[in-house]
Amino acid sequence: MRVQFDRRLIYHFDGVLMLLMLAIIALGTVSVYSADFDPNSSRASIFAARQAMWATMGVLAALAMVSFDYRKLERYAYVAYGLGLSLLLAVPLIGSTSNGSKRWIGFGAFSVQPSEMMKLALIIVLARYFHRSMRPEGLRLRDLVVPVLLTLPPVGLILVQPDLGTAGVTCFVVASMVVLAGPSPRTWAILCGAALSVVPALPYLASHLKPYQLKRIETFLSPELDPLGAGYHVIQSKIAIGSGGFYGKGFLHGTQNQLHFLPEQHTDFIFSVFSEEWGFVGAIVLITLYLALMMRGLVVVGRAKERFGALLAFGVLSNILWQAVINLGMTTGMLPVVGITLPFFSYGGSSLITLMAGLGLVINVNMRRFSKDRIPNF
Amino acid sequence: MQLNSREGTNELRRRLLICGVGVAGMFAGIGLRLYRLQVGQGDTWRSLSENNRIRLQRLTATRGLIYDRNGEPLVDNRASFDVVVVPEDTKDLAATIRRLAQFLRTPDLNVKQLLAAARGRPPYEGLVIKRDVDYDAVVALETHQLELAGVSLDAGPLRTYPYGPVGSHLFGYVGEVSESELGENPGYRMGDLIGKAGAEKSWETRLRGVPGGQQIEVDALGRKLRVLSRVPQTQGNNMILSIDRRLQLFTEQLMEEHEGAVVAMKPDTGEILAMVSKPTFDPNVFARGIRRDEWRQLTTDKLKPLNNRAIQGQYPPGSTFKIITAAAALEEGQVTPFTRIFCGGSYAFANRTFRCWKKGGHGTVDLHRAIVESCDVYFYQVGVKLGVDTIADYAHRFGLGTVTGVALDHEKPGLIPSTEWKRARFNEAWFQGETLSVAIGQGYVLATPLQMANVIATVANGGTRHRPHFVRRIENAAGDVVEEIQPEVVGHAGLRKSTLLQLREALRDVVNAPNGTGKKAKLPNIDVGGKTGTSQVFKMGKQVKTNNMPRHLRDHAWFVAFAPVDAPEIAIAVLIEHAGGGGGAMAAPIAHDVADFYFALTRGRSYQLASGETRHDEA
Repeated sequence: MRVQFDRRLIYHFDGVLMLLMLAIIALGTVSVYSADFDPNSSRASIFAARQAMWATMGVLAALAMVSFDYRKLERYAYVAYGLGLSLLLAVPLIGSTSNGSKRWIGFGAFSVQPSEMMKLALIIVLARYFHRSMRPEGLRLRDLVVPVLLTLPPVGLILVQPDLGTAGVTCFVVASMVVLAGPSPRTWAILCGAALSVVPALPYLASHLKPYQLKRIETFLSPELDPLGAGYHVIQSKIAIGSGGFYGKGFLHGTQNQLHFLPEQHTDFIFSVFSEEWGFVGAIVLITLYLALMMRGLVVVGRAKERFGALLAFGVLSNILWQAVINLGMTTGMLPVVGITLPFFSYGGSSLITLMAGLGLVINVNMRRFSKDRIPNF
Repeated sequence: MQLNSREGTNELRRRLLICGVGVAGMFAGIGLRLYRLQVGQGDTWRSLSENNRIRLQRLTATRGLIYDRNGEPLVDNRASFDVVVVPEDTKDLAATIRRLAQFLRTPDLNVKQLLAAARGRPPYEGLVIKRDVDYDAVVALETHQLELAGVSLDAGPLRTYPYGPVGSHLFGYVGEVSESELGENPGYRMGDLIGKAGAEKSWETRLRGVPGGQQIEVDALGRKLRVLSRVPQTQGNNMILSIDRRLQLFTEQLMEEHEGAVVAMKPDTGEILAMVSKPTFDPNVFARGIRRDEWRQLTTDKLKPLNNRAIQGQYPPGSTFKIITAAAALEEGQVTPFTRIFCGGSYAFANRTFRCWKKGGHGTVDLHRAIVESCDVYFYQVGVKLGVDTIADYAHRFGLGTVTGVALDHEKPGLIPSTEWKRARFNEAWFQGETLSVAIGQGYVLATPLQMANVIATVANGGTRHRPHFVRRIENAAGDVVEEIQPEVVGHAGLRKSTLLQLREALRDVVNAPNGTGKKAKLPNIDVGGKTGTSQVFKMGKQVKTNNMPRHLRDHAWFVAFAPVDAPEIAIAVLIEHAGGGGGAMAAPIAHDVADFYFALTRGRSYQLASGETRHDEA
């Protein structure tokens, strides 16, 4: 199988994933520097320096994740899940509020976003479950009960923070893993049927809610979304990206960014900063890097030693993919603004380190594909 | 089954292939989008990004209006011009502001404060220098526009309260959103208006509407050239109150000379018809931006005009509380309608002498007469029999001791003492002697005028306690009803029919019998029921009874009323602070006039003809 896959791919050597990731991080850090750059001040960018520091910590985290046999995670999956969930539960109690939502827990100078860690823990626990519940004819509907039960508490907790974007990404990741685990044709039919019957019901439901009720639900789910504000952000983001043209305005010359027209320019809208300065050429390079990372990752999934490894790597990759696609769709005005950062690129230590640790696990799966140890199948 | 078995591998590989194609497809889609934005439309976007020509202008949503129950506007908007400066467009902000002060003839413009505000604001966002400038100022600014780069006039709606101080505690007022409110209310920005008090605050989400915005292209002076894109604003919803404008206005006039509160409500629904608190204030000064000296004056005034006495004023209910003591006594079987007690003008208990308000005493009285003539001695003795905790239980059943839950901020709960309460509060045992004071609504007992209105409404409607409310429905700008506020039952007094009947007959005679204390509330052709109350102001443990005392030591006058007794349509509570006279003399005439006016409104000419000659000074 390895031979068959290798023919399709450009990258043959180990550590390709690491290099691709570091390339994206480097471009991201440069953009954070630009986003924080103030031509009228001589001070160096604190944000870029911090991002670089976190990247270093992230490399260590990734190496740590490579250093042990990932199969050990299978045994401690529920421990990780429990830890993640208790951190998440602590958010409403001791979390700090910003922009009307509670998502962070502060540890001294550093603050972490438990929802990021929870996603990783959920991936591990689901990989274990699907590894064990494998059936030749595919997953039955009842095999999906436990995954749904495992998913609901964290998603619910994330939703009430409220963090609609992350809750959505979490659901997408779970759905991706279900698809890879392989539902039986019958299960597929039922799921598709259910989806098809629910979707037409939504507008009906929405039309029967009073406008102020809808509004309340909307503002509850996404407090940062002033409908005007969001529209404004998207237009400014499109101006930034579009005005970059083919070659871009040049490093530190993005006017949209320098004049603070862009909202959340370090985090959610960092891609707009990048595209304004590096143009279509730069944007395509970045997108190609992401695409390459995904493809290389899928190769790892394909040659994983066993189902657990494949599902683990696939879960981590799908998290990166959905975040990237949603963020890019949002900054280019194709998707609503939901406050999802661009993985490895946006400013933010908690997210960066967790993502890097996750990719460390993918590398781990790749490295140990020839190992003689294996998890007994059930 | 294992992964490296043949079928498993093939199956997995097939799925991964599909995934790979899907991933590539998604990125290709993003690539295409980028191509369109950056290469296809690149020039358009670039021209928009040049010279910072694109600005965002917030389009304030017109705030919803407030109407009375008959559709008469109570709170309105009118057009006004605000002077706005975009600091980035000026050459020298401080100089521009000083310049403006000349043109606007307002030497009191606080330049320092404005400069500070300019620093804490997103770039290119306008700074309001002065709201609602007059016509001369508009002309002056238009003529000198070229000297005033960055200055513009924004036309927008200004909140107005056409009746000024009338109902201001209920309607509330709006003001610019504060720093702390910004933190609690996402979706607001600096400079936005927000309800600060009263209905404007508690119904903010319905009244506000949804602000829109527009992208405009401006020239080098910051003047608008054209609109590029626009998110239209949605007008706020209108509120239709249960308040009757005419009754509110009339009651305000009645209370002109007094401090105190009047609440009139419908006993069968809890709808408030009028809510007056005096002294009052003019909410218009808040809408146009209150000056510091005005604010200081309002907040340091000893009479506290900003307080809504109807819900925040806590007073001993005095003899109006006897309604509750009487209900408890009948329900608990401590007295029957035929139980007689001798009142000799005072009652000796626990080495103390408790006096009746009537020095000579009432002689032998039954419950009916005790209520009609408000005999204290009767209720002292009944109170001792009941004990404070039983009285407290009945007071709670009538909603005392807790907020009524009306949709207004800062409502006070009043106080109903009990042995448990005293232990928790003072770590002391309850003295029996204190029960005597409680039985006649003195001592620790406190209630708000709204609570007392609700008590009498509960008696009037047969024992059902509603949540008082003042909003009937919410309509959108098109006039469609979006929300209908239904009466809400929050409790039942749980009284027997016989008890209610007994109470109502006694309350009828308080007003209608020749020996009643509330005769001044009598209407010629409608039976009014009511109860007087004169609550003594306690000062350092002593009861002060003389009216030659300084104002703040004088008695409060109460009157609670409902009418018609047999099919009640209106319940009224009147409180006059430090009235310098009893409830029968001071508060009953107000209740009389309110009821009289109400029936004139609802019964029309026939009522007026029947009663016209005898109004006001008959009693």
